This record gives sequence, structure tokens and C-alpha cells, in this order.
Amino acid sequence: MSAAVPLSGAISRRSRAWAVLRATGPAGITSAVIIAAAIFLAMFGPLLAPYPPNLPNLSLAWVGPVGSHLLGYDFEGRDVLSRLLAGAQTAMLGPLAVVLVSMTAGTLLAVIAAWRRGASDVVISSGLDILFAFPGILLAVLAAAVFGAGLLAAAIALSIAYLPYVARVLRGAALRERSQPYVAALEVQGASARSICLRHLIPNIAPLVVAQATILFGYAMVDLAAVSFLGLGVQPPTANWGVMISENQTGILQGYPLPALAAGVCIVVVVIAVNVLGERLFEQAQAARG
Amino acid sequence: MLVASLLVASFLIFAALYLSPGNPAASLSGGRPLPPGSIRILDARYHLNEPFFAQYWYWLDNVLHGNLGISIAVRENVSTLIASRIWTTAGLVLYASLIIVVLGVGLGVVSGLRPGRLDTTTLVVTAVSAAVPAFIAAIVLILLFAVKLRWFPALGNGTDFLSNVRHFTLPAVALAAASLAIVARVTRASIREEGDREHVQTAVSRGIPARYVIRRHILRNAAIPITTISGITIASLIAVAAVVEVAFSLNGLGAYLVQSAENKDLAVVQGISLVLVTAFVVVNLLVDVLYAVLDPRVVLGSRAQ
Repeated sequence: MSAAVPLSGAISRRSRAWAVLRATGPAGITSAVIIAAAIFLAMFGPLLAPYPPNLPNLSLAWVGPVGSHLLGYDFEGRDVLSRLLAGAQTAMLGPLAVVLVSMTAGTLLAVIAAWRRGASDVVISSGLDILFAFPGILLAVLAAAVFGAGLLAAAIALSIAYLPYVARVLRGAALRERSQPYVAALEVQGASARSICLRHLIPNIAPLVVAQATILFGYAMVDLAAVSFLGLGVQPPTANWGVMISENQTGILQGYPLPALAAGVCIVVVVIAVNVLGERLFEQAQAARG
Repeated sequence: MLVASLLVASFLIFAALYLSPGNPAASLSGGRPLPPGSIRILDARYHLNEPFFAQYWYWLDNVLHGNLGISIAVRENVSTLIASRIWTTAGLVLYASLIIVVLGVGLGVVSGLRPGRLDTTTLVVTAVSAAVPAFIAAIVLILLFAVKLRWFPALGNGTDFLSNVRHFTLPAVALAAASLAIVARVTRASIREEGDREHVQTAVSRGIPARYVIRRHILRNAAIPITTISGITIASLIAVAAVVEVAFSLNGLGAYLVQSAENKDLAVVQGISLVLVTAFVVVNLLVDVLYAVLDPRVVLGSRAQ
């Protein structure tokens, strides 16, 4: 959260961010701590991994937890804990990229549509309606078919697929903001459309944008992990939570469920934290609107 | 609107795969060099030398006549390949929808009407299960009900109707789990909201039987948000089914789409994408029609805002 705060006026903005976070209650704060821990792992996980995450040793395949190998070995005899730590990177960075691209484009489109109304609004809205016909996972699979499997193609596809959902909510909020008296007052004073939007309108819908970004992160994390599970996202042997589930799935049937389950638990815990925090932020944003 | 959005969607699907790197004639031949004569025959047969829009037109014309092209990998009609798999996916999605509507709405209504222990339990359980993606639900279900308890088979399709029901139960539950939780939560919230409305309080204080109040005043009004969320989540199952089919080795459209995407069998990818997008759009349309049935204020054809 605080990483997104720019340096200018850092103190007041940071304290405001704290106030927002404190108002989400104990559940919200716990979620924020979990998310912060996950972000920390995404940055330093590969360095923290006690063993090389990609070094196979087939004689140790499916061996359970022993000694410092707290979670045992996977199907190729690699240390599961190390792979979980290293796998946080792609599991977190992918959704982060999706959220950044989707929210930036979505906010821009929503504000342009709400500001200009008329033809621009019709073009943007109907474009988004058509995009709405493509479910995220389907678009990601199509992208893999066209550009080859990989995290980048999947992330771009999902960013596009989420656009209509993001832009629809924000367009509504921007339209409401556009009709506020302060906007008319600024226009009368001769402020340019760009400066009104950038300095007043977007900051005013910012709480909603942050809440939406948080919720979207959860969706992106699930969908990207699913695409990696399908074999069309992050490619093995790169460690990734989604990949770990698919490559260790045979262990479920053979009685070695730990490697797949451990990766599943990581995904679910982060997604729950993101959902809880996102819901609280959303409620706050709605309540502030009155 | 329906036709327009399907037309644009079909164009996007065609364009995306048209632009994909690789030479169609080379992939038809499996990468072997071809004599110029054969290339000319292939170009003529598949209209490979014609402009983009002409190719799109030929493709669309064929699609409208039920001809989705030929799979490069197995050299069969894509329509035939799709037809043999569509019932697995349709059955799976229908089964999961049934679970969502019966259990999700049922649980939401009961916990919405009766605050108490069941309600609290529902809230906690649904908060967790809403965050469990289908493929993780799948491995947990396989572990519990196929490996440990041995109640259901872990993988594959069944042979007749009853064995299919048995084979599809775990996949359908895995597919439904997250949506069920979301539907239950939204149902509960809207039942609560309607129950607190003044006209409901008035009806109760006038001594109108609870059963009547619930049916006429609470459920009727709560039906709109419940339909919305059920429709949205059920439509989303169409794409997520792919993940569940792969997890349970089911022979459905989604799993085949993934396999064809890996093999770059583009005609199959186009065909299945088109079928799935159409299904998605049609389900959303059905939900809109249902609105008009449930709420006389909604006029069909006007765009919902």
C-alpha cells in the first residue's frame, strides 16, 4: 500500500493511508499484513530459499518432510519449501502487472467516457460490451495459442479481459463526479479538462480505484494460477504456485499430496487476504460517498 | 446487440489467429517442404492467397453453415470433434449450475432469514470457499472423496448416464464451489436487505403470516439481485470448466481447447472459442430475459445501466 504513495506530501498521505487501513478493522489489518508478507516473499523469496529450487534429485522424489526440508520433496526430488519461496515471485508479480495495466487503462477509458460523453462514451462503452463476451481464461488460452504459452501473453490477455469490469464501475463513479458542482465551478474558472480530471476527478474516485485494484488482484491471481496450472502460463521448471499444483497433481493420487496442497494453500491464503481487504476498502469507498 | 457482439467476437477470434505467427501451408504439411504445385492446391482450397477480409468472409460463411474447418492435428472436421465433446462440458456446467442454484440460493435464503449459528457458519465457510479456485478445489476433492474415502472416481468420463453422474459429481462440485459461496453471500445479503425494508416490517406488524411475507415481499424483491449474481457466476463457469476438465481428465471442450492451443491446432481453437463465446453471450442474454419476467418495470431491449 504505502509503496504506491508518492514522495511529495508523503507524511500526510501516508498517515491518511494508515487511517484508511486502521478503519478496515482487525480483519483488514490482518489481511494487509498477510499481503505485505506475500509481497516481501515476491521480492526476496528466491534469496530466502534454503535449497536451490530447480535442482532435481530423482532419488528423493516424493520424500516427505525430513530435517530442514520442512515440506519434503516434490515429484522430481526438489525441495518444496524452496520452490514455494521462489514461486512467490511469478505468483505475485503476474497479477500485479495485470492490475496495473488493467486499472490504468480502465481508469483512463472510464474518465474519458464520462468526461466527453456523447460519441466517445458510446464507442468506449460498446467496445467494452463486446470485450465482455470474452471470459478471462478463454482470452488467456487464445493468447497462448497465438503467441505461445507464457506468463506475458497470459497477463496481457487477462488485463484486456478485466477492462470491461473495471471501466464499467469507474465510469459510473466518474459520471457522478462529473455532475458535481465543483467540476462546473472549476470549468467556469477556466481550468482545463485535463487538469480537472487529473487533479480533482481522479483523486476523488481514488478510494474506489484502490478498492477495485485490490479485488482485481485476487481475480488475477486465481486466473493466472489457473492458466499456469493448464500449462499455458509460467513454464516449468520455473517455480510458480500454479505450476507446482499441476506438476505435483499425480502425487494426490499416489498418496503424496503435500507438495500440491502446500502450493494451493499459499494461493488460497493470499486470495482470502486480498478479498477481505478489498471488500472492506470497497465498503469504505461506498460509505464515504454517502 | 446479440448478433453484433457475436459478429465482432467472431471477427476478433478469426483476426487473432490469422495474425498468429507461422505459415498455414507449412503447418498443414507438418513442416515438410512442399512442391510448388501442392502449395498452389492448398492455397486455392483454403483461400490462403486472398485478402484478409475475403478469408474472414469465407470462414464466417462456412461457420454459419456449421463447417468449422478441419483439425490439422487429427484431420477431422472440427464440428465433429466439438460435437463429440460438447455434452461433457454442457453436462458439467449444467450440473454445477444446479448445485449453485439449489445449494447457493437455498443456503443464502435460510441464513438470510434466520440469524444465528447457521448464519455465522455460512458466512465464514463461504468467505473461505469463495477464495478457493476451481483447480485447488479439484485436488482437495480428489484427495478427500476419491483417494481417502473412495466415494467417487477421481478421473475420466463415465459410460452411461448413472456412471456419468458419479464421474461428474466431484468436477461439478469443484466447478461450483467458489460461485456457490458468492451466490450464497449475495442471496443472504439481499434477503436481509429486503427483510429490513419498511413495507416488510409493516406487513409483519399487520399480522400477515410470515410464510406469505417471505414469499410475496422478501423473495420476490430479492429475486433480482439473486438472478443477477447467479447468471454472472453461471456464465463464468463456461470458461472455468476448462480448468476442471483438465484437473479431472474429462474429455470436454475446455480440455480440448487447451490441448489444441498447445498444439497450435488453430481451426480447433477458433471453433471451440466461438462455441464458448456464443454460450457465454447466450447465457447472459437469458439472464436479461429473466429480469423482464421477474420485474415488470424492466422493458426488454432497453439497456440495463
